Amino acid sequence: MSDRILGGVSIALAAFFAWQATLIELSFLSDPVGPKTFPIIIAAVMALAGVAIILRPDAAPEWPAFGRLLEIAVTTGVLCAYALALPQVGFLLATAVAASFLSWRLGAAPLSAVAAGAAISVGIYVVFHLILGLSLARGPWGF
Amino acid sequence: MDALSSLADGFAVALTFQNIGLALLGCFLGTMIGALPGLGPSNGVAILIPLAFSLGLPPTPALILLTSVYYGAMYGGRISSILLNIPGDEPALMTTLDGYPMAQQGRAGEALALSGFASFVGAFFATIGLVFLAPQLVRVALLFGPAEYFALFTLAFATLGGVSSRNQAKAALAAALGLGIAMIGVDSQTGVPRFSFGEVHLYDGIDFLVAIVGLFALSEVFVFLEHRKEGEGADKKVSIGRIIPRLSMLRDTAGAMGRSTVLGFIAGVLPGAGASLGSFISYTVEKKISNRNDTFGKGDPRGVAAPEAGNNAAAGGALVPMLALGVPGSGTTAVLLAMLLALNITPGPLLFQQSPDVVWGLIAALFIGNLMLLLMNIPMVGLFVRVLLVPSKFLMPAVAMISFVGIYGVSGSTFDLLVMVGFGLLGWVLRKLDVPLVPVILGVLLGNEMEVNLRRAMTISDGDWSALVASPLAVGLWTLAVVGFILPLLIGRYLRPQAATKAREEGADPD
Repeated sequence: MSDRILGGVSIALAAFFAWQATLIELSFLSDPVGPKTFPIIIAAVMALAGVAIILRPDAAPEWPAFGRLLEIAVTTGVLCAYALALPQVGFLLATAVAASFLSWRLGAAPLSAVAAGAAISVGIYVVFHLILGLSLARGPWGF
Repeated sequence: MDALSSLADGFAVALTFQNIGLALLGCFLGTMIGALPGLGPSNGVAILIPLAFSLGLPPTPALILLTSVYYGAMYGGRISSILLNIPGDEPALMTTLDGYPMAQQGRAGEALALSGFASFVGAFFATIGLVFLAPQLVRVALLFGPAEYFALFTLAFATLGGVSSRNQAKAALAAALGLGIAMIGVDSQTGVPRFSFGEVHLYDGIDFLVAIVGLFALSEVFVFLEHRKEGEGADKKVSIGRIIPRLSMLRDTAGAMGRSTVLGFIAGVLPGAGASLGSFISYTVEKKISNRNDTFGKGDPRGVAAPEAGNNAAAGGALVPMLALGVPGSGTTAVLLAMLLALNITPGPLLFQQSPDVVWGLIAALFIGNLMLLLMNIPMVGLFVRVLLVPSKFLMPAVAMISFVGIYGVSGSTFDLLVMVGFGLLGWVLRKLDVPLVPVILGVLLGNEMEVNLRRAMTISDGDWSALVASPLAVGLWTLAVVGFILPLLIGRYLRPQAATKAREEGADPD
């Protein structure tokens, strides 16, 4: 079943891609092929692959239980929030929080997760910023 | 003996104080990365590219650092295979078959040393092969026009999909996905924006580094999140035993190493095959030849030497098409290609003519790194063993955060970080569905180049599509592409052992 959905999604994506390709505006200077043709070839390959997957699906993978899926979704959210928060609160704080969260969800006890998060954050800051001179996100306090 | 004098120049480049230091650092980091569960050559190098890039290293030192990491990770993958029966990466899978039984018999140290030596033999002779084969291939490649290049790119996708994946349709889907992603952004020839939906950030296209780090490194974090509490078996006591192999053992395994080096190198040079296939074929063939007393699978040293020599020879062989043609043969070389492109170096025949110092410096660095790895691995194996005990609950957050640091260092853009998280999630879903990630990466990397060559060929022929198959060279490449895609459908089951199939299902590191 998973593969049938994958095939369906690929066909839909291919259709969307081909439709978007036809909307590309042509400029007055153009070569014989133009900017549309190659994307349309790609869309055709994708659609064919989708059809083949629907016709001959593999055995379905073992999807994790709903709780785990939710956890993966929440983690994705946290990582996005981390990306957005970096310039706002600076590298050290944002990284400590995000790394603690990840460590906790990967099975560390809450207290040791916080310690690990702080250690990872400070460790990266020392190695990459202080020693190697890489520029990290600066928050309002300069770190 | 053109190649030898160029190589001598290369050694002059590589033997500076800084470059030796970087090679040493790279070998050390690489072995650690290879030994760590969940990190292998491809995602290890992927995380380090943006870092090397944003540290502002010049091209040659950066290349030396990262290729040392690549070779080092190839070495390191065997440590957890032998001690814990958990392959550190996919090519190291076959090493578990005889390596772990040896460890159980208290001969872990011997197995590690022997595999270290076999890795050295494989990599050393493969690098020599690279020295002689790459310039020959360059000579052929100079005859290539745009139409031939377009056919060559197609060939790379076809064989990659045909040989190294079990489902051709999924490999084709992956390639189309990658190519599609490469199309995003302003068209280089006419200047019109494509697939950017009015979003300014997309006008430049999606940076391939963002895609690679997301797909390879961040998706690993999601895999660990999914399998939490299942695989924390690293607290077993392992006794290592003697760490210097007996000379008689080296003599007994010499034949196995020799045969496997040749097989591995050939597997590596073929586009799309890569190190995993090198080690599978080497082990399978060696078992056919040497398994007279039914000792394979029960701790036969030849069963350790063969796959290790094979996979390291393949790693060296895979560099041949990558450097000479700009077409990578495996997941890890695709990542190395990304590294070259990030450093503004376009591999291919012109690279050998325009910047021989880069190519030959790199090849010399491979020899040096190889020797360093041998010297480092045998006495320091105890240290690397300790690395295995780092639990993933502390390791994976660090990996994720370093990925973010690298990408942020390159672009400083929050948008890129969000795209990377998206790729991480996409990578996890694709791995669950058994869609290979390497063609996606290859598509993102080569998409624009492929389109440029197609359009150039069409411009030359004034829109006549038959120009694509006009020369015998192009026809040959197209034929190979079709054969490479279809033939494995018929004989594929003989190339891939059951154990590998299982590892793929568990989402092992690609290549």
